[in-house]
Amino acid sequence: MIRLVGVGKTYEDGTVAVQELDLDVQRGELVVLVGPSGCGKSTTLKMINRLIEPTSGQIFIDGQDVTQADPVQLRRGIGYVIQQIGLFPHQKVIRNVMTVPLLYGESTATARERARELLDLVGLDAATYGDRYPHQLSGGQRQRVGVARALAANPPVLLMDEPFGAVDPVVRIRLQDEFLKIQRELGKSVVLVTHDIDEAVRMGDRVAVFETGGRLAQFGTPAQLLAHPADEYVEDFVGATRGLRRLTVTPIDPEHLEPLDGVSTGDLGSAIDVDATLEEALAAMLRDDKPLVGVRSGAQFVGVLTPAGIHRQLRASLK
Amino acid sequence: MLADVWGYLTDGSHWSGSTGIAAFLVQQLLLTVTAMVIAMVVGLPLAMYAGHRHRFGFLAVNVSNVGRAVPVFAVLLVLSLGPVGSEEFGPYGRAGLATLISLVLFALPPLITNTYVGITEVDNDIVEASRGMGMGERKVFTSVELPLAMSVIMTGVRLALVQVWATATIAALVAGPGLGRIITRGFANHRTYEVVAGAVLVAVVALLLEGLAVLAERYADPMRRAQRSDRRGRRTTLREEPLPEAVV
Ligand SMILES: Nc1ncnc2c1ncn2[C@@H]1O[C@H](COP(=O)(O)OP(=O)(O)OP(=O)(O)O)[C@@H](O)[C@H]1O
Ligand SMILES: [Mg+2]
Repeated sequence: MIRLVGVGKTYEDGTVAVQELDLDVQRGELVVLVGPSGCGKSTTLKMINRLIEPTSGQIFIDGQDVTQADPVQLRRGIGYVIQQIGLFPHQKVIRNVMTVPLLYGESTATARERARELLDLVGLDAATYGDRYPHQLSGGQRQRVGVARALAANPPVLLMDEPFGAVDPVVRIRLQDEFLKIQRELGKSVVLVTHDIDEAVRMGDRVAVFETGGRLAQFGTPAQLLAHPADEYVEDFVGATRGLRRLTVTPIDPEHLEPLDGVSTGDLGSAIDVDATLEEALAAMLRDDKPLVGVRSGAQFVGVLTPAGIHRQLRASLK
Repeated sequence: MLADVWGYLTDGSHWSGSTGIAAFLVQQLLLTVTAMVIAMVVGLPLAMYAGHRHRFGFLAVNVSNVGRAVPVFAVLLVLSLGPVGSEEFGPYGRAGLATLISLVLFALPPLITNTYVGITEVDNDIVEASRGMGMGERKVFTSVELPLAMSVIMTGVRLALVQVWATATIAALVAGPGLGRIITRGFANHRTYEVVAGAVLVAVVALLLEGLAVLAERYADPMRRAQRSDRRGRRTTLREEPLPEAVV
């Protein structure tokens, strides 16, 4: 869907923001760019919608070279959530979200209807918040409006620059979950920027780890990244607690379950779904203060998971 | 003294005739409005373009310094003695053209500087967001930069207006048109009350113009509407409300 080939950006003052970047995003995939401040994440994103022109390389969307496209037309097919949100302070929330449909030449009534749907989609009641101005919203609410505005044209591609940056960790996780749900429904191709490795492994189908100076250090699934960091830099970046993070990205493997027979009913706390992750399994054990957790598929018990089982599975997934 | 001034201003005979108060008042208002219209037609588009492109900033900001450094009187004198002359110029009276030209010149600096600064100071993130959404340059300008710069631009218009009005009074010193003539006439004939009456008129109209400009400023600035909605009693809730399940 999106393909970057040897893309580089050197600013006029000589700052190398991005160098020799190869990256691809499949249709419906969510790719996260993660890295420390100033490593060229925003620059990369803005090159995709031509807010910044690359100094080398090529970028294709759907096989079409973006530098050949009319930038205005190109951007209308790409939703963009800017790092600083950038809502129009002189317009009401509903009007902000109506901007893109109106640009497309929709009637005011249609645009308003669409904006209401989108506000609902991002969890803001249009009747309550639609008629407010951006300064009358909290940071998190503003970010939701930013996301709604980017979705307004129903673009196949979505670029999001730290879309959940301005909120506390709890709200952040909720926004992430909500967005993942929306993403599963709408199936957009998304490039999301963050400097938070937890957010990256939570959200990304694949994650690109950047190094200062705009070098791509590793590009792979969260599980690959955590299990096999390409070099010391990535290992350092994913952190000493990467073992814990791997729990988050490793789903339960029925192979490593133990049979239900012989388990005393006293040891059995709550049961979790077979689609859950190892993190959820361990969390359930700790919460119930039990040595194991039941795993079921629908209404059917398929086995139990123990701490040893989790360990076995993590080791197996390293191979 | 005050009684004399009052008597002068309320005597209808002083208002009528070709050298009466009314004629001079209308003349000076005409001068002011004409100069403002010309200055805005010339200055605003230039400053808007420069602001939108974030270019020629050096020029735009320095015209105001030049404007402050050059005395009005000198410009008027040079113009009326020189090529333009001090002939009657339509409804603008004696030395009308020289007066108009210098008024336009003095209206330009606040207009250009405020417009340029107002537009370049619009939050760059907001401008970038609008481009990112697929607005063309014209649209970015009309629906984002211009509305957000409106209050600064209108302040420039107000400054220019009041300045032009005050400067127009001085035009009388080169035997030009306007209410200044009442003041110079009073001086020449040792009629202090006439001098004071002229000054009072100039000041009152200046206040009226300023008031009008402030009203226009309020009306034109969309950010005021945004802020007004706070005072209409709908209090801001900064609390995160419990969320309904997101649905498509
Ligand atoms: N217009 C510019 N001119 C010169 N250098 C720039 C410009 N914009 C960005 N840079 C530099 O390019 C580098 C990459 O910037 P970029 O905004 O892409 O970083 P980032 O990864 O998004 O960082 P953050 O996480 O802080 O947002 C930085 O060193 C920055 O200082
Ligand atoms: Mg950035």
